[in-house]
Amino acid sequence: MAVDGGHRISGCSWDGRWNHVRKFLERPGPFTHPDFEPSPESLQFLLETCKILVIGAGGLGCELLKNLALSGFRLIDVVDMDIIDVSNLNRQFLFRLVFTSILKVLFFSSLREAYSHFKKIQDFDDSFYRQFHIIVCGLDSIIARRWMNGMLISILSYDEGVLDPSSIIPLIDGGTEGFKGNARVILPGMTACIDCTLELYPPQINFPMCTIASMPRLPEHCIEYVRILQWPKETPFGDTSLDGDNPEHIQWVFERAQERAAEFSIPGVTYRLTQVMWLISLRLLFFTAACATEVFKIATSAYIPLNNYLVFNDVDGLYTHAFEAERKENCTACSQVPQDLQFPPSAKLQEILEYLTENSSLQMKSPAITTVLEGKNKTLYLQSVKSIEERTRPNLCKTLKELGLSDGQELAVADVTTPQTVLFKLNFTA
Amino acid sequence: TMAATKASKEQKYDRQLRLWGDHGQETLENAHVCLINATATGTEILKNLVLPGIGAFTIVDGHTVSGEDAGNNFFLSNNSIGRNRAQAATELLQELNGDVSGNFVEESPDKLLDNDPEFFHRFTIVIGVQLPESTCLRLGSVLWNASVPFLICKTYGLIGYMRLVVQEHTVIESHPDNALEDLRLDQPFEEFKNHTNSYDLDSMDKKDHSHTPWIIIVAKYLEKWLSEHNDQLPKNYKEKEAFRQTIREGIIKTDGGVPEDEENFEEAIKNVNTALNLTKIPSSIENLFNSEQCNSITSQSSPFWVMLRAVKEFVHDEGKGSLPVRGTIPDMIADSQKFINLQNVYREKAMQDAAAVSKHVECLLRSVGKPPESISEKDIKLFCKNASFLRVVRCRSLAEEYSVDSVNKDEIASYMDNPDSEMVFYLMLRAVDRFYQQHSRYPGVYNYQVEEDINKLKVCVNSLLQEYSLSVNIKDDYIHEFCRYGAAEPHTVSAFLGGSAAQEAIKIISHQFVPFNNTFIYNAMSQTSATFQL
Repeated sequence: MAVDGGHRISGCSWDGRWNHVRKFLERPGPFTHPDFEPSPESLQFLLETCKILVIGAGGLGCELLKNLALSGFRLIDVVDMDIIDVSNLNRQFLFRLVFTSILKVLFFSSLREAYSHFKKIQDFDDSFYRQFHIIVCGLDSIIARRWMNGMLISILSYDEGVLDPSSIIPLIDGGTEGFKGNARVILPGMTACIDCTLELYPPQINFPMCTIASMPRLPEHCIEYVRILQWPKETPFGDTSLDGDNPEHIQWVFERAQERAAEFSIPGVTYRLTQVMWLISLRLLFFTAACATEVFKIATSAYIPLNNYLVFNDVDGLYTHAFEAERKENCTACSQVPQDLQFPPSAKLQEILEYLTENSSLQMKSPAITTVLEGKNKTLYLQSVKSIEERTRPNLCKTLKELGLSDGQELAVADVTTPQTVLFKLNFTA
Repeated sequence: TMAATKASKEQKYDRQLRLWGDHGQETLENAHVCLINATATGTEILKNLVLPGIGAFTIVDGHTVSGEDAGNNFFLSNNSIGRNRAQAATELLQELNGDVSGNFVEESPDKLLDNDPEFFHRFTIVIGVQLPESTCLRLGSVLWNASVPFLICKTYGLIGYMRLVVQEHTVIESHPDNALEDLRLDQPFEEFKNHTNSYDLDSMDKKDHSHTPWIIIVAKYLEKWLSEHNDQLPKNYKEKEAFRQTIREGIIKTDGGVPEDEENFEEAIKNVNTALNLTKIPSSIENLFNSEQCNSITSQSSPFWVMLRAVKEFVHDEGKGSLPVRGTIPDMIADSQKFINLQNVYREKAMQDAAAVSKHVECLLRSVGKPPESISEKDIKLFCKNASFLRVVRCRSLAEEYSVDSVNKDEIASYMDNPDSEMVFYLMLRAVDRFYQQHSRYPGVYNYQVEEDINKLKVCVNSLLQEYSLSVNIKDDYIHEFCRYGAAEPHTVSAFLGGSAAQEAIKIISHQFVPFNNTFIYNAMSQTSATFQL
């Protein structure tokens, strides 16, 4: 596992190097941003001052790095905890190129300072993130996006209720799904954030447990059975979670899934189907191009940035559509308004847990619920620590009334999807 | 070992194999792509074809690498400056994938067209980047006559442009987004009827009753309805609602008369609308049946047309007016056994129909003197499965687009009703080409030229509009902006085109998914785009 490393190479320059970029920085034009002032200093700002953070060094992240470096950005930090393997190579070509001697010089000579951090985004706190002018996400994970989103919202400062614009760090985000994809510009506190539009993200395909446990029909059900039930039970490789990129893991799941399929006479379990990892299509990397264009526009005021959501679909020809996603009034991340939880006092805590995970605008992963009872903090349910999970599990079957909760009670919910706890207000229904 | 190589290759390409399948990957590995001009746009496109593993590429470029070339192109370095651009770029692109064979020709395309136009015949697709109009037209004509697909791409300032030129492109696997299921509930085939008859809903125990597939439920209740309604299917909302009610009443009730929780019945009720869709041949397929290529099969006919003709004959014969059964059913609440049995009924029928189509294929092949095995069972099965989704894309030639007699005036004029439509960028690109023809340079390349070129470019715009008798208005702002661009090729716009063009090229090479037809404009200023048929 690589250590946090930095490569500081002095940038070199040659005649004509930035000609293509200069035309947009040094010439006035009819479509520029109202704030735009043509000047040779804009290029210097890009080359020497503007700090960009790229999250994710997978396929999207690598493309972002290339796009930014060739647009004049030279102070770029990268955060990623991914390990490279063969199947990642064709998209992580930058890393491959980086480790080939000739191209190492090529790549790093185009960056003045490039720091690569092999860490999770959650390992850094706000002091790390505040140093950047713009943050760009090239991530697979909705959880990570939401966390980043929450972090940038948490560092906003308000002066007597008015948002201080200098505390805003724009977040540019791009994602793909097969032949579709999107790119968006988020100005935290001002425009729609990730959580405002959570329903736009495709829901995970969840098969009902009874199908998986006892009534499989499709090869996918057999595979899910092995993944969800057999793997945690048999822990074939010790206490590790299933890694979709590890061929040994996949082979194990594949063989068990075949056994199960044979039991039910279900055809169609193949090795390839077993690789239950989200497919990032190489060919949609140009979405990162759209993101990089937006970074350029925002950093230089050359043009008015995208407002604020771009979607793309090319199953049939090519189709793009840009629209303004609206802020949600009661967004869990950016509205600072406690969320309403409507349940009868006879409802069990389990029902609240299900609501938090299944509701399409919440989509929490493993929420930890705490509250204040009789002046003391009480954990109602927490999954991530085994001993606490065991201790609080009986609470799930108790009703809200039995747990001593009253109408208007505030519940604080923590989850991997957000760096800050979300406040909910219990609203008893009949 | 062969197995090991195959396994490691599968691992290398596994994620895209799930999108295109093995046969899609095979077409890529057999493809030889020609790129003309290794500019940033060109190398970005090629990168996105080399990484998924095309068989080979050849870069044709007579230019020498300049300082600004090395500044916006990931596949050129400052060490490349002064060397031939095709050679320098080929070296760095080759590094991306050892399985791909990279070649270069240090020559301008115009020279090749003068001396050896047939050079271009060997390619699966030719991608021409940043080419002047005259070269495009010459090359377009050669490639049209040789039936080699031609994809023209251009990055000009913040505008991206693509033009696909292909005479006829057939697509078997179009992978439509929201395909309707092919269940044949309105005209159940024999084996399906027998299968439904094996169910007696009234005598089942609760477990079986609740795990009966909804398709069977709808079929059963439909049978009853037809016998009570003179063999007429439920037609309007009122009748469909009444039909749904009959199903609702079939839900098991407790002793107290309260309906139990039977999700499969809920599924049946929910699916009534689509289940009652009449089985019919899509009009697009009917059009294909009526086309020239389908009706006159010769030894030159491609497998697509032979198979289509065979399917047409099937429709009039064994199919009794319908296409071969697709053979797939959606997932639904059911126990494993019942689901698989039902699935097998559809699967076997599909195999039967495909076998019948196969016989027609063999006959056709024999009739034109070709061996009956020249189209495989596998291909015929795939064709039958996709029979409702077949597509044929025909693009107009460049000659047609550019000729005063056949220019698509209506398309241009109607889009220009909105003077800010993406169409204005198409016209500006044409005007800029005109400028290049007249002045042997592009407008506004040097700062001092920007102002004075505005009027010169305006003259070109007006002469263009006049030549084609286009009474549209092009705002001065766009003329100014295009001088401002100074023929710049910013990397992010090149990268955008790199992705979209590679995507479309892969569609052409693999014959999967539907390519655009025929002009695509991307505006990075507003992140908008449009497709025109010119």
